[in-house]
Amino acid sequence: MAKVKTALGASLFLLVYLVLIPWLFRDQPYRLGVLTTASVLSLISAGVWLMFYIGRINMGQGGFALVGGYAAAILVSKLGLSFWVALIGAGFITVVISILVGLPLLRLKGVYFSMITLSLTETARLAAQSLSSLTNGTKGILNLPLPGAVEIAGFTLIPDFASVDKHFAFYFLGAFLTILGFAALYRVVNSRLGWLFRSLQQNEDLASSFGVDVPRLRVIALAICALFAGIGGAFFVTMQQSVYPATFTFQDSTYFLLYCFLGGLGSVWGAFVGTFVLFLSFEMLQGLNQYQPLIYSLIMIGMMLWLPNGLLSIKPPFFGPGEPKKEEARP
Amino acid sequence: MTPMPMTSMPLMEVKNLTKRFGGLAAVNDVTFAVAEGEILSVIGPNGAGKSTLFKLASSFLAATSGKVFFKGEDITSQSPHIAARKGIVRTFQETTIFRNMTALDNVVVAHHLRSRASLPGFFFGTKTAREDEGRFRESASEILDYLGLGDVKDMVASTLPHGHLRALGIAIGMAAEPQLLLLDEPFAGMNSEETAQAIRMVRGIRDRGVTIILVEHDMSAVMNISDRIVVLNFGKKIAEGTPAEIQNDEVVIEAYLGREDESEDRTCTLKP
Ligand SMILES: Nc1ncnc2c1ncn2[C@@H]1O[C@H](COP(=O)(O)OP(=O)(O)OP(=O)(O)O)[C@@H](O)[C@H]1O
Ligand SMILES: [Mg+2]
Repeated sequence: MAKVKTALGASLFLLVYLVLIPWLFRDQPYRLGVLTTASVLSLISAGVWLMFYIGRINMGQGGFALVGGYAAAILVSKLGLSFWVALIGAGFITVVISILVGLPLLRLKGVYFSMITLSLTETARLAAQSLSSLTNGTKGILNLPLPGAVEIAGFTLIPDFASVDKHFAFYFLGAFLTILGFAALYRVVNSRLGWLFRSLQQNEDLASSFGVDVPRLRVIALAICALFAGIGGAFFVTMQQSVYPATFTFQDSTYFLLYCFLGGLGSVWGAFVGTFVLFLSFEMLQGLNQYQPLIYSLIMIGMMLWLPNGLLSIKPPFFGPGEPKKEEARP
Repeated sequence: MTPMPMTSMPLMEVKNLTKRFGGLAAVNDVTFAVAEGEILSVIGPNGAGKSTLFKLASSFLAATSGKVFFKGEDITSQSPHIAARKGIVRTFQETTIFRNMTALDNVVVAHHLRSRASLPGFFFGTKTAREDEGRFRESASEILDYLGLGDVKDMVASTLPHGHLRALGIAIGMAAEPQLLLLDEPFAGMNSEETAQAIRMVRGIRDRGVTIILVEHDMSAVMNISDRIVVLNFGKKIAEGTPAEIQNDEVVIEAYLGREDESEDRTCTLKP
């Protein structure tokens, strides 16, 4: 029964996400672009969510996203690689960097880890500014080409983005990556890996007492987190067709945290729901832009006071077959 | 099952082990050995260094000097998960469990070392991974039944009473199938009836082939359960012997009586 419900919910969601939304916004490229951005931001937030899941607050996700963005831009513009290779390359490079950074940093616990990740975004920005032979410094890398076609044995798998409506193309690519990312996250959380991650969150010493290689698992979690950031960053930069040191800032890093908080840390879909709700509400209230940091801070405080488990912890009386509640029963 | 026969080579050997915290030698030049199938107790007044000794033996702390051998192999100051892999598992003095998981899930997770699937195997839910999961659930149920927790399997751990939590801590330790189980004050906070039951369980675990070292303040329990006793005071080993020998040891009596003014009756009575 639960399985049927989950399947129904998933199909309904996919129908809305992949058919209804693009159809509704078919003549509004700007809005479609905003929705695409929401997708990719939710993918990047999902990495932060996973770090919460092992009990770490990652305040440096913007830095990893920036690494992914620059990696893709450099692979495409300097090495002339295709976007698709660069996308995978960017994910790979971000993961390698996260492992190198994570090995020493993940030994720090609690607030110490957060404090040090706080500086990661800034470090990435400074690196982007100063390694100008690679990154063009503050000028950034401009005029990135659109993704080309993918053909296998003469059969066009993905068309050249320049030859179709690129807003639709980016929307579907963003949605595809996001679905893939959240499906992977769902698997992680609902497999034995999820049990191990939850055991780290609750007591690392107890986990290591029965043989869990805690340092290794922490690095694996951070690598997955960074993979999401790297892929998301590479996609975002390609969509913007440019990357600057300020493409992902420290502020973005804190917004990713807030998206997770808002959606809820207890459910896999927390990062998705949180990002869409908050990012889209803001887009609708354009006039409030200058107050964004203030409003976000107030939301953060309000959340901690009144809704510590996020939006997904609210159970309205008539709740459809939508959100699978499985992992909420065992937080 | 019958008790494992004693063999000539000790299962664990601790040689001149020392741990300093700044100027304080919490464990000071301690040497002893435990034979396979034994129940060895480590006793001593509060702050004597018993828990520190356990942390050194299970690689939760790095030793300042000295060595720990397990089955003849030097395992001093490795990582805790390596010690667990070799077969050394400790429980914690403060009740330590996964509070937000059910009792059953606590023990299922603790089967980690017995899983045959790799991390990608878990992710993709391979047949091996799924089979393991089933086996772990069965085995965890069995362990919980054995420790008298069968009725509270599905309760979230944080809602269990203290006595059950101590037992759950031991269940987690058993799940890893250790060869050497280090129990830090397993009977703390139990009444005499619960203690008597817990003593039977610990004996039973030994009879399943697990060697046990335990730290305990309940002297009647210690005298009842131990094959041998090691006594620590201010980080140093001051005596070692059978319960009868320890009860009549002048130095030990001195060490305990010397603290009578602290009015901690549990550290003052040596006789059961
Ligand atoms: N991490 C640490 N840093 C500094 N000092 C420590 C640390 N751990 C233990 N100590 C000190 O080492 C001494 C031995 O502590 P330990 O916990 O081993 O004693 P114990 O015999 O287990 O005592 P109890 O019976 O109260 O559990 C104590 O004086 C304690 O304060
Ligand atoms: Mg102690």
